[in-house]
Order: sequence, then structure tokens, then C-alpha cells
Amino acid sequence: MASDRAMRTETRASGRAEDGASTPLLDVRGLGVRFGDRRTGMEVVSGVDFHLMRGETLAIVGESGSGKTVSGKALLRILPKGASVSAGTAMFAGRDGRPPRDLLALSRSDMRAVRGGSISMIFQEPMSSLSPLHTIGDQTAEAVRLHTDLRGAAVRDRCLEVFDQVGFPDPARAYDAYPFELSGGLRQRAMIAMALVCGPDLMIADEPTTALDVTTQAQVLDLIKRLQKDMGLAVILVTHDLGVVANMADRVVVMRKGRVVETGTTEDILERPGHGYTRALIAAAPELPVGKPVHHGGVPDPIFWARNLSKTYAGRRSGIGAAAPEIKAVRNVELAVGRGETMAVVGESGSGKSTIAKLMLRAEEPDAGAEVGFKGADGEVLDVTALSGAALKAFRARVQIVFQDPYASLSPRMAVMDILTEPLRVHGKGGDRERRERAAEMMRKVGLSPEHLSRFPHAFSGGQRQRISIARALMLEPELLVCDEPTSALDVSVQAQVLALLKELRDEMGLSYLFISHDLTVVADLADRVAVMRRGRIVEEGPATLLFENPQHPYTRALIAASPEPDLSRRLDLAAVARGAGEPETWPEPFAYSGDQAPGLVEVAPGHFVRCAA
Amino acid sequence: MTGGDDSDRQAGDPHALGGGGGDLGRRPGHWISDEPWDAETDLQALDRKDLDASTTTLIWRRFKRNKLAVLSGLFLLIMYLMLPVAGFFAPYHPQARNTDAIYAPPQEIDIFTAGHFLVTYPTVSEIDMATFQPKFTADYDDPRPLRWLTSCGDPWSFLGLGETAFRLICPPEGSDLYLIGADRLGRDIFSRLLHGAQLSLTVGLIGVTISFGIGMVLGGFAGYFGGWLDAAVQRSIEIIRSMPELPIWLALSAAIPANWGPVAVFFMISVILGLLDWPGLARAVRSKFLSLREEDYVRAAELMGASTTRIVGSHMMPNFMSHLVASATLSIPTMILGETALSLLGLGLRPPAVSWGLMLNDALDLTAVEIYPWLLAPMIPVILVVLAFNFLGDGLRDALDPYS
Repeated sequence: MASDRAMRTETRASGRAEDGASTPLLDVRGLGVRFGDRRTGMEVVSGVDFHLMRGETLAIVGESGSGKTVSGKALLRILPKGASVSAGTAMFAGRDGRPPRDLLALSRSDMRAVRGGSISMIFQEPMSSLSPLHTIGDQTAEAVRLHTDLRGAAVRDRCLEVFDQVGFPDPARAYDAYPFELSGGLRQRAMIAMALVCGPDLMIADEPTTALDVTTQAQVLDLIKRLQKDMGLAVILVTHDLGVVANMADRVVVMRKGRVVETGTTEDILERPGHGYTRALIAAAPELPVGKPVHHGGVPDPIFWARNLSKTYAGRRSGIGAAAPEIKAVRNVELAVGRGETMAVVGESGSGKSTIAKLMLRAEEPDAGAEVGFKGADGEVLDVTALSGAALKAFRARVQIVFQDPYASLSPRMAVMDILTEPLRVHGKGGDRERRERAAEMMRKVGLSPEHLSRFPHAFSGGQRQRISIARALMLEPELLVCDEPTSALDVSVQAQVLALLKELRDEMGLSYLFISHDLTVVADLADRVAVMRRGRIVEEGPATLLFENPQHPYTRALIAASPEPDLSRRLDLAAVARGAGEPETWPEPFAYSGDQAPGLVEVAPGHFVRCAA
Repeated sequence: MTGGDDSDRQAGDPHALGGGGGDLGRRPGHWISDEPWDAETDLQALDRKDLDASTTTLIWRRFKRNKLAVLSGLFLLIMYLMLPVAGFFAPYHPQARNTDAIYAPPQEIDIFTAGHFLVTYPTVSEIDMATFQPKFTADYDDPRPLRWLTSCGDPWSFLGLGETAFRLICPPEGSDLYLIGADRLGRDIFSRLLHGAQLSLTVGLIGVTISFGIGMVLGGFAGYFGGWLDAAVQRSIEIIRSMPELPIWLALSAAIPANWGPVAVFFMISVILGLLDWPGLARAVRSKFLSLREEDYVRAAELMGASTTRIVGSHMMPNFMSHLVASATLSIPTMILGETALSLLGLGLRPPAVSWGLMLNDALDLTAVEIYPWLLAPMIPVILVVLAFNFLGDGLRDALDPYS
């Protein structure tokens, strides 16, 4: 292997001497990163090779712990504390025509000139990457002053020019705005503006859209692509999302556990994956269904339903006497979960989808007038809003919940056995031995070994913990499970496994699911019905197949168009995103409304409802 | 952006990655690792083997890494274990006066002399008529060995259960043993230090217990129930915090009736120190409650139908007790210093009680520093204990979050 590499390096070196024009912008060889010291440290990245041509987009794809982010940061030498580059070279040929220099061996002051000058970086979380005490303009202008000779008014002009390029509707206003005044999408645009203002050769984008809603993500991805073309910029895109890769990258590096698994053009990787891991990753990426048989109709036998469900939060007072307007998180929602079926509620952040789950479970009290009903297997109908005391406790045993964050939903102080048997102890079911046996049985059911019962949650990976959470929720043999974004904190391959497990358990145990998600593609396979929410209201609801095949509402269409898929033939449709992603006022007729003047839901096909003026 | 022309460029690129294993028949630039991969192995494998233990074990493991904190903990442990048997280690009774040894300086001890191990020399004092200071002269021709594990002097009491005069070290026959000198009544400072520790060290424990109790109850109620109760507790915390500490201590201590016995006064002083210290702990408890309430595992327990008692008792308490122990450890030194300050000013404990603050009270004037510096000896244990508590508390606090 070593001699093989030496030989390759040699041929490369001779090739470089002959042909200067095709010198890579960046050529990384044998990059290694170590945490800790030489003796006891752990190699988190080793033997990573890749190169990047001018104007090209290279995607580094991998799941958490694959070393993709660390590799990106190692190039700019901004590794976290305790980590250091242990091996390799990164030859960077800047625009200035100088011979390539090794980024990993540059002096500190030379490196400072490179950072933000010829190589810039954008991060995942735009809010924590911007200083809250400085205006966007100040922060951008600082980069200009540090890296160029521009001074005075010319600095401002340069900033405004870039703000205009990244699509700020009013660049002058953005210049004087503080980060908290901007939405998530605009903040990421500000970050991109800061990265581009000095005209870099290379931009390293570390999960640039992961924290954004799908529709915003589509717009930001489009922006990066457009700017790249205009400015001849090379981009290293670090991401876990093969859908994003399919839409953005020319070439792909697949990483796993600190090593490169496969390298090739996007076409090679997505259509002719060679390594088993790459194939599994592509198979795990959720996709919208095409050409499934279409079902019509409503919910014949509801198990859990809500009518007239609203929740108003009092506004936080902003000063003495000044009462802030109240926030209507959920407005007049009506939905029903069919017995043995999965009802998916889909919406972006702030749509009120999680609030619905909390209200229906009585974790929070809905506004007066709401009706929440539950009809169990025994046929008795419960008025959930009126339950209290022992009746409420009995209801809790029949409806359980799985939370989003597997790291927060298990008490760090309890062993898995205690976590699993606690529901039985709370409800006084079974003896000590029965409880233990049931816990072991449940562990097997969710695919884990009962030997793990004596362990503590922190020893497990996110996917394993989510399985434990599911096992805990099923200990009381509930009839309905509320899944509040159960896979959004997990890696794609783990997400696919957990979704498959949920489907298997549903069919095996006759469960019904209320499934909350921000991602239409995630629910596509599992859901029987889907409700799409926007600003506290359901805008479209219907059988899953019908809704995916024939979406009516512009917002639903925008969500579908904005979901990136690892399929080169299905690219993001930005026109559709633009039509539906905005505020309700900007939707086309007859869907548009403003404020509280929303039209009602109209049945366009049996069981398929759309919010539009009749 | 990917497409035909793309692959052409790739094919002609001399720098494209070639080689690697298992890519026969693939296009240039498409490199595949020959490392094996199996989906099933990932499912059962533990992610973080190093974190597979109870939190207590993990905290202890991390705490052990901080050598200074462990050392401080050991030091404090030894100090506290010594308290009930302080009389055994002290060569004299704390009140035993010797008019021949007024302001006696620390005595010389030789390790090996004339075939004996650890000897002292009989010392005679006389007043220097020029300076009116006592002058001590040792008779170096008459070495006398210390006596070990025998009875001597006035009996000491073990936790009020019984009395004995049995001691570890006794002064030699016909001679004295003032390891760090004697005070203005000719009492042995070393023995008084050991006995003084009994009060000075327990005052912190009692005070912290009281402030812990008040802080837990008020902070817990404020955090769990919120609303007006929270507002009321918060406001009273702010009021108490805004009061100047020392004058309040002084006023409250001055209000203790003069005819109360030393034990009652000691207890009242602890109570006063505790009553003024709870706001910090109450705040810590309240904020912990507020943040834990939002944790998913607490919400999961609620939605499981668990009672408030169970939620607080088995989900919230274990998760914040360790934090509180650390904050409590850090507030003990304040109390020890508080007692010392009060006693020094003559408003704390009263003789015949012995405490470090009271001993320093003897050293209030310049003569002490100039002529009898050994009267300042109690400062050393005060400094050591306060430092040890701070190091221990810091170590605990750093070890509390072992999951990183």
C-alpha cells in the first residue's frame, strides 16, 4: 500500500511538471488528524487524499464521526482544542500565480492571510458564527480591511456589492442590521457574503444548510451554486446529505470513521457506487414515492382525534406596560389518526407541529373549546381534555411518546433496566421478575441485545438510544405512539433503520402512529395520511399517496420541490419553491390570505383537503 | 454540472485518483477502498465503552484525575476524623495554664540526643528587668525524652461519653512541651489549635446544612411551581444579597444573650451563618430545577403518568444533587472565615470555648506580630482548610459532567 502510494505520488509529480494548466487548486495527500498526544492519542482521520480543481465543487460526505468536518477544519488549521494534524500535505495554488504552498506547513501569519482571504469558510449555525454585538456590515467590512487595500467608502461599496450578489433585498439596510434582526436564511446569506467579500479561490462550506428549513435550504444551495459559477469559485461542501450532494457536487469523497471509502464523480458515486457502505448510504436516503397505487378516502375508524385545537401563548412583555402581541402557535386544527395507521404532521420550524402533539397528550393545555378524543380497543370513547387523576394516568399508559433527541430523553443516572422498567413501576404492573423479563423481551424486539440492560445510556450511539426510547414507550403496551421527529437527530443510515423498525413494530403490535416531522421524504414510506402545516394551520391534508402524487397547495409543492434527493434526474425545482415557500400573503390565488383571514379547507378529492378560497 | 463533459475532464486529468483496490473496470477517477464493511456489526457495538458506568463512577473516575483536589479531600478527611479525638493528639488540656510558661516561644526538640529519640530540655523563665519581657533559657545538659502513649495532665472527653487522660504524646517528666509556643496565660497553642478545630470546622458543616435545607426547599418550590412563589423567593434572595454581610453578622451575633453557655452560642453562630448563606444555594437549586424541567427525560416521565414526587425524587434530584454538593463544598470556607472573623472581633464564640478565631483574638495588637509571632499560628490552619475546601469544590465541579 505504501509503495503503491509513493508510486502514484511520483507519477503525479511528473504530470504536474509537464502540464501546469491542470494543477489542482488544492491537493491533499495522506491527511491525518489526531486527538490527544502522540502516545495515547486517537487518530480520527487518517490517509485522506483528495484534490480539487479551480471552479469545482467537491463534496465530502459522511455520517457523524466520519471525520468530514475535522478534515475541512484541518485545511484551515482551525481544529478544536486537543486535535492536531499528524500527517499529510495540502498543496494550495492560490490565484496569485505563486507555486503551490503547503497549507499544513505555513507559518501562523501566512495562514492568517490565507484564512478569509484566499480560502474562506462558512459554518452550520449562522447565529453563533456571527457576533451579536456588531452589525452585519461591520463584520463584513472587517474582512475587507484585513485582506485588501480598500479603505474608507470603498470598503462599504464592496460590501454592498456582495450583499446585493447574495440576494439581500435591501443591501444598505442589511449593512446596518444586527444578526438577531435577520431570519435564519438571511443570516446564512450574510455568512456567505462575509466569506466571499475578499474574492477567495476556495470556500469550505461545513453543513451550510443543515440548520435551515428545507425551503430555505433550497434557496441557499441555489445561491451558492450561482455565485460559484459567477466567481469561478471552488467549493468544498461538507455534508451528510446525499440529496444536497446530487444537486451541488461535481465530485464526491465518501468518508467513514476517518478514512476515505470511495472517491469519484457524482455520477459514479450515485449511479455506480462501488463500496458496500456507499450503496447502503444511498439506499438509506429517504425518497419520495413514485408511482405507488393511489388510495382515496378519509379516516374510517379514528383512534385519536382533535377538533378545534388552538393554542395561544401570551406575548413576552418587551418593556414597562407594553404588552407584546400574543402568539397563535396552533389555530383551529382538526386531525384524526386512523386505527393501525400512521398520521404524519409535516411542517417547518415554527409551524406548530410539535405543539399539536403536546396539546393532544395534555403536556400543555389547549385553548378553551378544543376537543380531543381517544377511542381505545375496548370501544370506550375518552374525552381527553376532561381527564384528570387516575383516568389521566390510565390514558397515559395507552398513548406513549418518542422524543426527538435521544441524548436528552434518557436519564443519565439510570441504567437501561431501570429506564425500561420504570413505566411498569409507575403503573404498578407486574412483579419484579416479570418486569425484568418484559424489559429483556422489549430489548430483543427493538433489535438490541438484552445483555445491554445493565449498561448506562451514555455508552450507546444515537441510534441505539433511540431504540431504547422506543422500547421504553412500548413497555406499557400502548395503542398509540406519538413520534416527535424521532429520526431528525440521527444519521441517514440509522434513520432508515429506525424507520424500518417503527414500521415493523406497527404491523406486529397493531400500533397507530402520530408522526411529527419536518421532512416530507422521511414520512413518505411510513405515513398513510399526511397533514402539511404552515404558521399554525393545516394547509393541506390527505392520503399520503394522493398528496405526493397530486399536491394541490403551493406550499406542499414547495416542500416537495425543495427536498433534495440523491437522484441526478430529480433536481431541486426552485420555481416551485419560490411560489410556495413565502408567507401566506405571497401565495397565488386562491390560496393567499393575510393574518387571521384564512379560507377554510376544501375537499378536492375524497379525503383530500386543501386550504383555499372555494 | 455533472455530465458528459465532466467525465471527459476527469479522464484526462493526470491528477485524478487512481489505484486503490477493487476498481477494475471502473473509470479513472473512481476510487474504491477495499476495506470491508458490514451493516450488522454497527448495531450491537457500544459507541462509547468508556462511558459505560454509573454517573457516580464516572464522576469519581474524573475526580481522581485532579491530584490537587484528591489531596485536599484527603487532608480534610483526616482533619475531620481527628476532631472527636483531638484530645488524644494534644499534649495538654486546652485550658491548662502554666504561669511559668507565659508567652513561651516554640520549644526546641532534638531528634537524637544521648541515645534518646525526640528530647526536650527543661526551660527556666525569668523576667528581663530591662524590657519586662519573659526570657527563656534551656538547660542543654539535661535532655529529657518525650513520653509516648501514656496518661498525663487533665483528662479530655471523647464526645461527652467518657473521660481519659490517655494521650499520644506527653511532656517529659519535669519538663514542658510547647511545640508552637504558649499564649499569654501559658496555655499550649498546639493543643489549643487541635481543640479549636472542633468548633471552627464544625461551624461550617452545621451552617451549610442549614443553608442547604433552606436553599433546597425554597429554591425547589420556586423552581418547580414558579409563579408568584418564584417571584417572592427571588425578591427575598435579592434583598438578602443586597445587605452588607459583616454588619448583619455583627448585629445578629451581638443579639445573642450574654449569659448563654458556649455550646448554645456556638450553635447560634452556625445558625446565623447558615441563615445568611442560603440565597446562593437557593438560586442554584432553582435554576437547576428550571433547566431539568425542560429535559426530555423528565417530560417522558410526566407523560408516563409518574407522580410529582417520583419525578422530583428519582429523575430530578439525582441529576442535580452532585451540583449542589459542589456548591455547598465551595460555601463551607465562607462560613469558617465568617466564624473566624466574628470571634476575632469578640462577637462570636466566647471563652472558655476554644476556636481559631478566638485564638487570633489574642493576637490583635502589634506586640503579637513583633514579639510573639507564634500567637498568629491559627492563621495557618485557617488558610490550609479554606484552600483545601476550595480545591476540593473546584475538583468536584469539574468532575460533575463526565460525559464529554
